[in-house]
Amino acid sequence: MRKLLLSALLAGLIARTAQAADLGVNIEIPRLDVAEYHRPYVAIWLENADQSVAADLAVWYDVAKKNNEGAEWLKDMRQWWRRSGRNQQFPVDGVSGATRPAGKHQLAFAGGAKPLADLKPGRYAVVVEAAREVGGRELVRVPFDWPPSKAEHLSARGEHELGAIALDLKP
Amino acid sequence: MKNAVRFAAALALSLPAAAHAHDVWMVPSSTVLSGTGNWITVDAAVGNDKFYFNHAPLRLDNLAIQAPDGQPAQAENVNRGKLRSTFDLQLSEAGTYRIAVVNDGVFARWKQDGQPKRYFGKADGLAAAVPAQAQDLEVSQSLGRVETFATAGKPSAFKPVGKGLELAPVTHPNDLYAGEAATFRMLLDGKPAASLAVTIVPGGSRYRDKVSEIETQTDKDGKFQVTWPQPGLYWIEARTEDDKTSVAQATKRRLSYVATVEVLQP
Repeated sequence: MRKLLLSALLAGLIARTAQAADLGVNIEIPRLDVAEYHRPYVAIWLENADQSVAADLAVWYDVAKKNNEGAEWLKDMRQWWRRSGRNQQFPVDGVSGATRPAGKHQLAFAGGAKPLADLKPGRYAVVVEAAREVGGRELVRVPFDWPPSKAEHLSARGEHELGAIALDLKP
Repeated sequence: MKNAVRFAAALALSLPAAAHAHDVWMVPSSTVLSGTGNWITVDAAVGNDKFYFNHAPLRLDNLAIQAPDGQPAQAENVNRGKLRSTFDLQLSEAGTYRIAVVNDGVFARWKQDGQPKRYFGKADGLAAAVPAQAQDLEVSQSLGRVETFATAGKPSAFKPVGKGLELAPVTHPNDLYAGEAATFRMLLDGKPAASLAVTIVPGGSRYRDKVSEIETQTDKDGKFQVTWPQPGLYWIEARTEDDKTSVAQATKRRLSYVATVEVLQP
């Protein structure tokens, strides 16, 4: 009985640590030497093992344009548009944001809050897709296990529209 | 000339492949759109080289556009040029627009004083066109649908028209990706069209040596499957004939279907 209680306690503890885990995402938008530069549209989402979308983390586009005109080019992030964007009405609270300049951008997600709180243990990926007016489109995927058993730093690199994409997982 | 073009289009829509008619098609400027109230422009033409305007415009008299809610939508700036017809369409609702030219008519040929005569047009004009002394009169009915699809936001379901040959989605026609398999069902008068030959031709033939057509056939449920070799526009065509005529003098009904779909890079 006592043993049972202990394991129940432990299980509760593990569940709590799982919830307390944090995810940091660092996204580098490269500085490009081009004649006409527009900030890219960027979508960042959590992908399930079957490539379906577990949750959108952020969508950066021309959110402030009148009459929601910025939404016209959301489809250019074509993978995200197929998997997630087209199923929603824009702007989406807590996800939509303005485009960002070249440089590194840090996003932090607490395990106890949405969307991580709803995440079942398993294999996921953070996917970052960028599309730029008069420029190209690129998608970078960084797989990870949730919840993390130890502190981890994972990264991948884009080649033209995205720079380094880094995940920092904390148990 | 006007008549010749009309006749070519009529032939293309009504006669079997053996008659060596020209093909018909539409080319939408976009098929997958985000945001609301965006416009697309559509070209429509008659010609053998898919999506190259090098022969004749497609007549748009029987243009029928169905909005996502099933109601008709209106094309704007309808124009007929030398090589193509064009029109604009605003996708004011979220969902899938079905954009079609539907030609439903009769084709008649006969001899009058030894001279060959013909009539192509609506069935109710037949009586006035064919004289009482017409000899060797042959009448066939023809029903052809040339269409394409465009979607704002999420692809939505559309109901079959239930008349003639048409494509019904298993895979939605605005949800197609290179390297992936898509399944469609062909319907004849709303019922599965089994063992129907289907020809699929990728666009861009000018930049390769072969037409690279994909020949397939529907199964007993009217379904066929295709794995898209590369992204781009594709022309899907099927034709058949039967004797289910609704015009008294007609002995045959010729049916044809053409769709233009866009396959995206995944």
